[in-house]
Amino acid sequence: MLIGKPSDINPSDITPQEIFHRRRDIIKAAGLGAIILANGGLNPAALAAEIAHKPKIPGFRKTTYGDSEKLTPYEDVTTYNNFYEFGTSKENPAANSALFNPSPWSISIEGEVSKPRKISLEELLKLAPLEERIYRMRCVEGWSMVIPWVGLPLSALIKWAEPHGNAKFIEFISMADPNTMPGVRAPLLDWPYLEGLRIDEAMNPLTILAVGLYGEQLQNQNGAPVRLVVPWKYGFKGGKSLVRIRFVEKMPQTTWMRAGPKEYGFYANVNPEVEHPRWSQASERRIGGGLFSRRVPTQMFNGYAEQVGQLYSGMDLRKHF
Amino acid sequence: MALSKQTQSQIKRSLFIIALLPLIRLIWLGSQDQLGANPVEFITHSTGTWALVALLLSLAVTPMHRLLGLNWVIPLRRMLGLYMFFYASLHFLTYLWLDHWFDWPEISQDILKHPYVLVGFLAFILSIPLAVTSNDGMVRKLKHRWKQLHRLVYPIAILVVLHYVWLVKKDISQPLIYAGILTILLGCRLMYQKRLKT
Repeated sequence: MLIGKPSDINPSDITPQEIFHRRRDIIKAAGLGAIILANGGLNPAALAAEIAHKPKIPGFRKTTYGDSEKLTPYEDVTTYNNFYEFGTSKENPAANSALFNPSPWSISIEGEVSKPRKISLEELLKLAPLEERIYRMRCVEGWSMVIPWVGLPLSALIKWAEPHGNAKFIEFISMADPNTMPGVRAPLLDWPYLEGLRIDEAMNPLTILAVGLYGEQLQNQNGAPVRLVVPWKYGFKGGKSLVRIRFVEKMPQTTWMRAGPKEYGFYANVNPEVEHPRWSQASERRIGGGLFSRRVPTQMFNGYAEQVGQLYSGMDLRKHF
Repeated sequence: MALSKQTQSQIKRSLFIIALLPLIRLIWLGSQDQLGANPVEFITHSTGTWALVALLLSLAVTPMHRLLGLNWVIPLRRMLGLYMFFYASLHFLTYLWLDHWFDWPEISQDILKHPYVLVGFLAFILSIPLAVTSNDGMVRKLKHRWKQLHRLVYPIAILVVLHYVWLVKKDISQPLIYAGILTILLGCRLMYQKRLKT
């Protein structure tokens, strides 16, 4: 085999780094490609076949949360995602997240706490026993899934961090790495992605930090290695691939509040009576039901009113949407 | 450039088949249970996209003829327009049936309350008279009014692009591509109209 001399490569033939990194976007922008990709590729289900399973999580305990619900199939949970850091179509996160490496990982605990320091994923996992929680997840776009998460109550981390009395809110900040997250290279949202909870919402037993689903470690497209899950709120409240958790006194301005202040509020509680300004929230399409499944009515607080309704007593939920 | 009658009809037949491919693909994927996690959304987006593509291609015919002197494209315009109506009908039917199961109170509320649904609905309603009057008999019968009527395609195209821009959550790059193409196609018309006057 002949090995070419370095001079065989004309400098002008080398793809500029910027173009190389943006190659997918560039191909996408090209005419017919744009149409085919807008249609989910030639075969949208082909992506599911490419998803390799993740290592099993040992020794988590089952719980009774949502155990009567029919689970959304693993291949749907891992190929139909909103994770704009990897692109804005539902298939992008599964297709574009291979370069992202969620290990090693640590979260920086900041703000009004006695322990402002980094906590590694390994340390985090020791704060409380891991549990499986089967939760409904309702996306603000009008679809929903039932996902068996594996995680631990967020309250365990909050207690560990020892927040000060003036810590009224918590900010959750996601990874934003332009080298491994192609979506971050476009200023579509104000990166890094920031979400927030009131401290009593964060302490509610339903709120968890998830590290797995279906008994396996999280896929990159699902927010590996650790993400927030707040089942009575719209899905976008669950920040993915968390790198910073900050305790603050004032209500955070979240990414979606900044992107669309009339459409996305701080609370974002699932509420069939309060419409999105552009579409109805009265019903939802369950993913995994197939072509002929009907929409199901959306429930107040996504069906978790009994556990969380008291957090909002006396509040006008139309105003605090 | 004048093509033989035979080549003309070959081009027409080819276009007829090519324009059916998106539908054939949907049927094939559906029969294999390969429509992805949200099949209703997939069919809705696919039929909507191809209706818009056919519409823009039909609007590209006149500029291709006037600015590039291509005569052979003219006979394709009607078929492209009808394919737009065909895919728009499938799109609307998917919405009525698979998405809302003919729940008329819910559907009428959705159309009246949500601007992106309303403009899409209006575009479809406005395109019905164009499809109905697309045959030669109607062209002869309506005479100069036929041309006036079919100018409706311009507001229809604008409504369709608005429908797309307004339904997207945040990333409007895809609808903007179509909006850009539509702007160019409408701009061409302003240009040669001006040229005719001067």
